[in-house]
Amino acid sequence: MNRVVKMLVLGSLLAAVAASAGSSGAASSHRGGTLKLLAKAAGGTLDPQVNYTLQYWQLYQATYDGLLAFQKAGGGAAFNVVPDLASNLPKPTHGGKTWVFHIRKGIKFSNGQPLTVKDVVASFQRIFKVKSPTSGSFYAGIVGAKACLAKPATCTLKGGVIGNAKKNTVTINLIAPDSEFKYKLAVPHASIVPANSPTSDAGTKALPGTGAYYFASYNPNKQLVMKRNPYFKVFSKAAMPDGYPDEITQSFGLTVESQITAIENGQADWTLEAPPADRLNEMGTKYPEQTHVETLTAFWYAPMNTRMAPFNNLKARQAVSYAVDRNALVKIFGGPRLATPSCQVLPPGFPGHVDYCPYSNPPGKVWKAPNLAKAKQLVQQSGTKGAKVTVLSSDDEVNKSVAVYLQSVLNQIGYKASVKPISGNIFFTYVQNTKNKVQINVQQWYQDYPAASDFLYVLFGCESFHPGSDSSINIAGFCNKPINAQMHKALNLAVTNETAANKLWAKIDKQVTDQAPMVTLFTPKHIDFVSKRVGNFTFSKEFYWLVDQSWVQ
Amino acid sequence: MSDVFADQAPVHATGEPAIVGAGPWALAWRRLVRNRVAMVMVVVLALIVGLCLAAPLYAHHVARTDPFQSHLDATTVVNGKKVPVMQASTSGLGLGVTPIGPTWDPRHYFLGADDQGRDVAARLLYGGRNSLLIGAAAALITCILATIIGLVAGFFGGVVDGVLSRFLDVIWAFPVYLLAISLSTVLIAKGFSIGPFRLESGSLFLPIAIIGVVYIPYVARPIRGEVLSLRRREFVEAAIGLGASTWRILWSDILRNVVTTAIVFFPLMVAIDMLTEAALSFLSIGVQEPNASWGTIILDGQGLLYTRPAVALAPGIAIALTVLALNVLGDGIRDALDPRAKLRRTD
Repeated sequence: MNRVVKMLVLGSLLAAVAASAGSSGAASSHRGGTLKLLAKAAGGTLDPQVNYTLQYWQLYQATYDGLLAFQKAGGGAAFNVVPDLASNLPKPTHGGKTWVFHIRKGIKFSNGQPLTVKDVVASFQRIFKVKSPTSGSFYAGIVGAKACLAKPATCTLKGGVIGNAKKNTVTINLIAPDSEFKYKLAVPHASIVPANSPTSDAGTKALPGTGAYYFASYNPNKQLVMKRNPYFKVFSKAAMPDGYPDEITQSFGLTVESQITAIENGQADWTLEAPPADRLNEMGTKYPEQTHVETLTAFWYAPMNTRMAPFNNLKARQAVSYAVDRNALVKIFGGPRLATPSCQVLPPGFPGHVDYCPYSNPPGKVWKAPNLAKAKQLVQQSGTKGAKVTVLSSDDEVNKSVAVYLQSVLNQIGYKASVKPISGNIFFTYVQNTKNKVQINVQQWYQDYPAASDFLYVLFGCESFHPGSDSSINIAGFCNKPINAQMHKALNLAVTNETAANKLWAKIDKQVTDQAPMVTLFTPKHIDFVSKRVGNFTFSKEFYWLVDQSWVQ
Repeated sequence: MSDVFADQAPVHATGEPAIVGAGPWALAWRRLVRNRVAMVMVVVLALIVGLCLAAPLYAHHVARTDPFQSHLDATTVVNGKKVPVMQASTSGLGLGVTPIGPTWDPRHYFLGADDQGRDVAARLLYGGRNSLLIGAAAALITCILATIIGLVAGFFGGVVDGVLSRFLDVIWAFPVYLLAISLSTVLIAKGFSIGPFRLESGSLFLPIAIIGVVYIPYVARPIRGEVLSLRRREFVEAAIGLGASTWRILWSDILRNVVTTAIVFFPLMVAIDMLTEAALSFLSIGVQEPNASWGTIILDGQGLLYTRPAVALAPGIAIALTVLALNVLGDGIRDALDPRAKLRRTD
């Protein structure tokens, strides 16, 4: 019996060794080749502390590191924050206000320069010096940030970010405890770049990074090229694993239709763009193994201006929420496999989400059908019948179709609606500015990090509303003092008790939904269409497809 | 009357009129009627206009649909079976929703549905009304304003001619589509107002006014040239010598002779204006939703080219047919009004 057990154990060990040898062999055999990505246009500046597009955030995952990082893994594990250039994920001290990071040794930037404590301190100062889009939100809680926001050029973050070269540590002091600070340190705006980097937007000139790849060339009219960082050695597989392709390119200029055809023909490997509606069926039937559909923590919504007629009237806003047929919108987006009807702010599977849909017929936990009769009755009661309403949308196919559908619904319930499609280049900033008097528009929000506040507080908190500014993400202009007070309470509670905080966020989600500063339309899914040769497709819920973790040979 | 057409009036060998001849308009009409190709095109045009005018009858009494409302969750009947207008894919990964294609049944989505589940046939007819209205109204504006400008510039000459001609040069200096697109982009967004007169951003009169204005030089130039030539003709000099007033000469001697040019231009301008309208609407800066024109329907069909090409093809064919009919008719009118023209004469 013992002999049999010994044989079994030995056999298992041999099998495990063989399997591991096999897998490492397979991995090394997949190294090499060029991964060819396509996009309609370039994503703007290459500066990781300035750029705020998913297009390049996806690529920064393989090129830049922060003190912390979201785990490079598929599924929900991608929401885990792991140590990156810091060797530890510290537990904050002094009541949650002080974070001490130990910086890893022996790491070099892609230009051969060694990483030092000085680089880390300078990078945090640079967030303010380059006026990073999130400097006033994500990093405003650092001691000294107020002075940096007022005078970015002379930013020192005195008392806020302190480096100790001897101990190889960096200490970050916050004004108040922040339960989401670890997430904020893991996004590309907190990337660590050399201390001698320019203190203005680097634009098309790539800054050296510590990732597995570096940006070798960038022509926004033609192509972006990423090559292996010759100084890179894996220091944390969870934070920055080695990549498979030797080179990754992103070419610009082809229409989406042409991009899909190029991928089908094996001339390219992936497109950034959402596939056109009339190609979806073809992709799903002819190329099912190359089409990856993933659930997103995001929502499509139509913010209604709560400070302008007719939507400064609660009943008018609720009427629109009752009237919109979410199933119809799901069809516009590509069908039930690509979207799910929704009524509330927090998407399914997100911290704080509890199913809630008061605008369904019948009302319940999930959306079933619209209630046009109730909507018409509410419009009548609100005294806003006959009001002129303009629906704004970005000028791409899907957004415009959603706007045309909303126009149809608004006309049905008694308004005189028109549609105004605006170039996608300016749409997002245009609708935020109160000077443009936008009544209702079609929007999407994709999480920055997995916290309920990233939806509820960012989009509907009083502090997110800045009249006359292009950067007023509370597009509805919604400011309900009691609800806002609860948001602050939830933010503070999350420092000590995340579960209790999420329960409170669930309550806030219901209250905001009842106030209807927006019509929630649906929860979208994401399609990645890759070429036949792309293997090991890994989808991170945080940063989507991990491009360098796929192989092409 | 000192009309150039009088030159062609039949005269007896004795010098006296033999028979009371038909007037120049009647002669022109006869020539036009004798032009069979032009007459076929008149019938085609009449048919298109008639069908478009019947759009409400078709939509409300035959197709029983509102072509300006989305019908994404609607159903229809095909071969006696109830089917959804927007059909979700059931094969493969089940991705995509495709609008129903042509059923060839006038009661149920004859030409299929667009991406909002709207009846393409009904929208095609309503769209035709707008395209024809814009084409005709813009051509009318062009021809009237161009005639006035050409008349005044050519007749008065000097500084007046200089100013008006340079004004036309300025408009002509811009590529016509670029000018139309620029004006539309600016005006469509916020509308247009001069004093109490206001055009709302979604108004059909905006594309009419824009298209009408950008083509003025193309008609005004030849009319001015003709006026310059007429101004030196003997009958005009005789009228001046007899002490006829300026307005009388302009009205009776000049305008009546150049009006035929404007008439010849009219159908050709309608065709060009319809093409321009289609281009502007295709770029989302012409007719605005929920209104339709043939250009907007082509735009709606652009995203369905792979699966439902009929949505873009149907208005494309309608535009091609209408423009062809207008061009051939225009040629026929020119031949009828100018019997000396040898080019492409059929009678």
